[in-house]
Amino acid sequence: MTNEELKEYLTGQFPEANVVQGPQFVEMTVSAETLLATAGKLKNAKETSFDYLMNLTGIDYPDCISVVYHLESTRLHQVMVLKVKTANREEPVLDTVTPVWRTAKYHEREVFDLLGVKFNNHTDLRRLFLEDDWGYPLRKDYVDEVRIISR
Amino acid sequence: MSEIKEIFVNSDKLKTDDYQINMGPQHPSTHGVLRLLIKLEGEIVLDVEPHIGYVHSGIEKMCESLAYNQIGHLTDRMDYLSAMMNNEAVSLCVENALQIEVPDRVKYIRTIMDELMRISSHQLWWSAYGMDMGATTCFFYGLRDRQHILNIFEDTFGARLTLNYNTPGGLMFDIKPDFQKKVKDFVKYFRKKLPEYDQLLTGNIIFQERTKGIGYLSLEDTIYYGVTGPSGRAAGFSCDVRKHHPYSAYPFVKFNEILDTAGDSFARYYCRILEMHESLNIIEQLIDNIPEGDYAVKMKGVVKLPEGQYYQRVETSKGDFGVFIESDGKKTPYRVKFRSPGFSNMFALNKMCKGLKIADLVAIMGALDLVMPDIDR
Repeated sequence: MTNEELKEYLTGQFPEANVVQGPQFVEMTVSAETLLATAGKLKNAKETSFDYLMNLTGIDYPDCISVVYHLESTRLHQVMVLKVKTANREEPVLDTVTPVWRTAKYHEREVFDLLGVKFNNHTDLRRLFLEDDWGYPLRKDYVDEVRIISR
Repeated sequence: MSEIKEIFVNSDKLKTDDYQINMGPQHPSTHGVLRLLIKLEGEIVLDVEPHIGYVHSGIEKMCESLAYNQIGHLTDRMDYLSAMMNNEAVSLCVENALQIEVPDRVKYIRTIMDELMRISSHQLWWSAYGMDMGATTCFFYGLRDRQHILNIFEDTFGARLTLNYNTPGGLMFDIKPDFQKKVKDFVKYFRKKLPEYDQLLTGNIIFQERTKGIGYLSLEDTIYYGVTGPSGRAAGFSCDVRKHHPYSAYPFVKFNEILDTAGDSFARYYCRILEMHESLNIIEQLIDNIPEGDYAVKMKGVVKLPEGQYYQRVETSKGDFGVFIESDGKKTPYRVKFRSPGFSNMFALNKMCKGLKIADLVAIMGALDLVMPDIDR
């Protein structure tokens, strides 16, 4: 399946999502409510079968926190990007995708640790690298006068 | 007397409560600072919970205040055994975003260096794995051969561990005139020495008993947990980035993707041994055909990527390594994320170890080839 075909297929299957062709991959933005259902469909549908979660990234924006999922189909070797944004930046909440891709459990713990996104229904949401009373260092307004030298 | 007999015959009375012990953070077989909280019943492992973060250095945060040509100097400190590939991933990501086509000479040299790095990483892993299993000789054999590769690195660009050879746009320095001869000498030398690895460890019956059928992970679980690299290919997960998403000079060479179906520790071990053979094949195909030309394209002093999100994957010696860069058009990235293969591989440990003995845990962990700075970042 080429990127154009994939884009057409995704536009047909997920009419409420925003599908665009990015610099490298097809990028689909969905709402936080439909995230888990979309992820399940992408994995189980025969045409896509995105069964391997390569990468899960959290990004801090001025008004929200975005989580980016890089997916690959191990059968078709097709890659796509799934994006979701939280409703606000102060209390970011998303659904966990652990039931679909198990490896997400630990990537989500990392995002929780460094950006403070809470994942609903996550079985083991604890800090991964840092201590419990630490701030969220990957947020843009994180201040640490001792360890970070501002330029 | 009858009371004692009753205790020994009736096993319920001998059954004790589960208990937890800490393995690490300074345990020799964790190869770094990894703490495993192990729940045990007698000698049987019920649950393994990795605790990480002891060498977390905040590289992703640091990258947000560095220019693109400076990021490369941090990546080779992550997985120091795959420093060359980590640097290459950042370089390729920046080149793709700027749509720069590097000369063929750069591609060839990068690929040769990648494969030398892969061999040296597997040599060190093989040495340490043998020592985990109680075979001390392996350590001397592996490090003896690794010296030859590190000497080639030192002659070419003056570093043995943190290499910094790849840079956005090409290479830091050109190769020396005797580079090809030295690499060919090494290939000839190592072809003779590689069968010794099989004689020393692979065929050893004690080693086979300790690894065959131990740490089984099915193909479905391998994909479910995102286990890549030789550890994933040992279960039949065809995940070689060099094959499926080729970069640098990999489209020009013929090589096999090493796949196994057993999915146990021995399969992971043997995949790496066969990969060393395959790496030698790749080097032999390229070393005589390095094209003439520039070793780098001329780049601007300040590199600014166009706005957008970029992702680049390479195959390191541990697995699928990825660099994610989000740019907002400034000279420093907005967000950088490194997908490290060891991170996903390590968290499958719990699934592999359940119900096995605690001594098997060391055998399984060694076969996964964990490098802690890669996981903690």
